[in-house]
Amino acid sequence: MLATVAVVVIAVVLIATAVAVVVSDNLVHSVFWLAAMLITTALLYVMLEAPFLAAIQVMLYTGGVITMMLFGVMLTQRDPGSRVPSASEAPGWAAPVALGLGATLLVAIWTTPELAALTPTPSGDAQKIGHMFLDRYLIAFEALSVLLLAGMIGAIVLARKGDA
Amino acid sequence: MDVRFYLSLAAVLFVTGVYGILTRRNAIGIMLSVELMANALNLNLVAFGRYGAGALGQVFAMFSIALTVTEVVVGLGIVVLLYRSRHDVMVNLASEMKR
Repeated sequence: MLATVAVVVIAVVLIATAVAVVVSDNLVHSVFWLAAMLITTALLYVMLEAPFLAAIQVMLYTGGVITMMLFGVMLTQRDPGSRVPSASEAPGWAAPVALGLGATLLVAIWTTPELAALTPTPSGDAQKIGHMFLDRYLIAFEALSVLLLAGMIGAIVLARKGDA
Repeated sequence: MDVRFYLSLAAVLFVTGVYGILTRRNAIGIMLSVELMANALNLNLVAFGRYGAGALGQVFAMFSIALTVTEVVVGLGIVVLLYRSRHDVMVNLASEMKR
């Protein structure tokens, strides 16, 4: 019962912060709302019995991605605190498209009988996840390291000053 | 708590991200919206891990997080490059991909 209340409260906060990310007129505020949303998602991961993933989320996303995003905002705005036009010049069809997509997804979710039949199973702990990474999914894991290296080199080459 | 509750929550987050992509004109604002959508995807993976898939859901979510981080790095590199050549990162002013 208490867990249900907690999940509902987290869900409301999650949606509120997500909307704030999208409609905020100040990009710096938007980035910090994104940080709040990612931490709230980490709380939801804890409620879904995935505490290891919650820790990864906080370290990698709120630690790494938010810092990079802030650097991005500071490097590309002449006045980082200034107002950016968002909803004021939005195309009129944006809201209907989004609402239509959302309605379609919700109908699909609530009319699929297979989903209702799913029951909670024990989520794996960090030990099980580690074994999966280094056993069955070893090739994918190594390919991911190569991808990260390629992304890093690509970003350096792109953003380097000089003959870029 | 039902898996459909978590899927609906993720759907709402995803739609919020779609709305952000359609309304934002600033490249960084669009990237923030993409992050919202990626987060909705991860939530789906973790929810399915809790309801049936076990640790596999979390493994996939971690792959997805690493892919998103790579996307942010390369995307920000492109945005910085765009700013250097145009002194602005409004995507509607940069619809042609040349100087």
